[in-house]
Amino acid sequence: MFNQEELKEIENLKSRYETSQSALLPVLWMVQEKEGWISNDSIAKVAKVLDISYEHILGVVTFYTMFNKKKTGKIHLQICTNVSCTLRGGYELFKYISEKLGINNKETTEDGMFTIEEVECLGSCATAPMLQVNNKDYYENMSIEKADELIEHFKNHINEHLKQ
Amino acid sequence: MTKIILKDIPDFDKIEVYEDNGGYTALRKALLEMTPDEVTEEVKRSNLRGRGGACFPTGLKWTFMPKGKDKPKYLCCNGDESEPGSFKDREIFEKNPHQFIEGVLLANYAMGIKTAYVYIRGEYYKWINILEEKLQEAYKKGYIGNNILGTGFSTDIYIHRGAGAYICGEESALMNSIEGKRGYPRVKPPFPAQNGLWGNPTTINNIETLANIPEIINNGGEWFSKIGEPKHPGTLLFGVSGHVNKPGVYELETGTPLIKIINEYCGGVTGGKDIKMVIPGGSSMPPLTKEEVMSVKMDNESLKAIGSSIGTAGVIVMNEDTDLVKILIKIAHFYYHESCGQCTPCREGTGWLLRMLKRIDEGKGRIEDLDLLINVSENIEGNTVCALGDAAAWPVKWTIRKFRSEFEKKIPASPVTPEVKNKVHSLRHSEEPVKN
Ligand SMILES: Cc1cc2nc3c(=O)[nH]c(=O)nc-3n(C[C@H](O)[C@H](O)[C@H](O)COP(=O)(O)O)c2cc1C
Ligand code: SF4
Ligand code: FES
Repeated sequence: MFNQEELKEIENLKSRYETSQSALLPVLWMVQEKEGWISNDSIAKVAKVLDISYEHILGVVTFYTMFNKKKTGKIHLQICTNVSCTLRGGYELFKYISEKLGINNKETTEDGMFTIEEVECLGSCATAPMLQVNNKDYYENMSIEKADELIEHFKNHINEHLKQ
Repeated sequence: MTKIILKDIPDFDKIEVYEDNGGYTALRKALLEMTPDEVTEEVKRSNLRGRGGACFPTGLKWTFMPKGKDKPKYLCCNGDESEPGSFKDREIFEKNPHQFIEGVLLANYAMGIKTAYVYIRGEYYKWINILEEKLQEAYKKGYIGNNILGTGFSTDIYIHRGAGAYICGEESALMNSIEGKRGYPRVKPPFPAQNGLWGNPTTINNIETLANIPEIINNGGEWFSKIGEPKHPGTLLFGVSGHVNKPGVYELETGTPLIKIINEYCGGVTGGKDIKMVIPGGSSMPPLTKEEVMSVKMDNESLKAIGSSIGTAGVIVMNEDTDLVKILIKIAHFYYHESCGQCTPCREGTGWLLRMLKRIDEGKGRIEDLDLLINVSENIEGNTVCALGDAAAWPVKWTIRKFRSEFEKKIPASPVTPEVKNKVHSLRHSEEPVKN
């Protein structure tokens, strides 16, 4: 269940809207930030606290691509291959990382460290190619060299990175 | 060049710097000296048009909101910014967030709104945090919240984080998303001003639209109406990407020639190459040929005259080496992926477009596929609940119409199955699709 602090935060979120259902997206974000993905148990938990049906929440979770329905690796590399990025090497970047890590789109390395995903435009087209990590940090103006450095960095500093 | 939003003032995002340079004076002026209707009148006089893509006159939109207090009213600020090639609103969050916030406050005052939601795409985590911090600053200074500047006017502003769905930029899908539902667009009418968030009167405006309001109140609507092109006045935040030397966001007056933006502001095409195609306003807008790029001015009227549109002013430049079939596949894939699936023409049609384009790229296309692609596009267009259908159809239809030979090149002359042989022959030379 949610702890006291979280319940307070949920009440605060609810107070911003006319219906408690409207707090669904922010509450799902809370869950995902904490657990990294949204499990069926979490859905049941949210259903209870917001007093909406499990099925409704399942429908919402499956509609929005940023909600992870499966556990991902510790580092989720989301590489943009939309038009502007493709024009500047976004697809090559994706292929390079995919080959380097030995995994395909939406797969996770065996050690559970990296997941890669080809994603649509991230609104960062002028600094293409680019990628996002764990739904949060943008790495812009990427190159193959920078990708190598970044992956090394994550391998060596994983704990520091996950703490922030 | 007039700059209204991205002013060259260091640290303009800081509230003190913003205040020192005239920030929040428009709010003071409006609350103390103007009636709400006078604010709306000034916006009408400015002839400001929405910057979210549809170019709808902002002042007029505000007048659709009912007066009186019998129902709560809402403002939704659209920062979903998910159209490929668009990245301007994030620049406002980063460089001039307080002017946007002040714009929201003025809009709320003009329409008697007590709550505004800023819908920001989930990926913009960094910019959501920036804006949250700026909102807290403004709350602390008494610009947002209860009894603003001691005038008795109260209003709140909240951020609502999206979760990765382009369709939530469509205004009615956006409202459903705030209501905690799947982002399905609603059938219109009823329009949001009558029946919006939770069934109450609601106005939806783009972030850039709102960021223009304080300067309109400070300097008057007439001042604004004289900047750039009279029918689409003001400045636009052009987001230029693709094959240019200096991609980025440039605030320029409407009516600036496109070739000037590419060559002067963006340092020309990379590698000194020739231009093949330019998308003028985000990936859904009909693309332009090199000849069109050489002469067109960047405002909605000028682009409409040549069959395109300003959209979100996201300019994507492609050089002579670009494989347009591959690019169109990327675009078609995007709309296929983002279709919410409510309407059959959009849900099924986007898939057909994508599959046919892929087939052509793999060298397995048939010449009649080109007309079929246009035919499918035209059957999506105008037959759907929301404009995503059109957004999917236009790039396919117009890229093929304007750059047909690029597609023909990938289609093998043989083998052709016997039963379609005649058709192939008769269609090969047709520029336009055959209408039934
Ligand atoms: C599929 C689709 C996506 C859209 N995405 C956005 C968006 O990301 N941002 C935006 O401001 N408007 C977007 N719009 C337009 C909005 O529906 C609406 O017209 C706009 O936010 C109104 O604001 P404005 O009048 O200030 O331009 C989109 C429309 C459609 C059909
Ligand atoms: S046009 Fe497409 S995106 Fe819009 S409502 Fe219909 S299916 Fe959904
Ligand atoms: S195309 Fe990659 S960020 Fe826009």
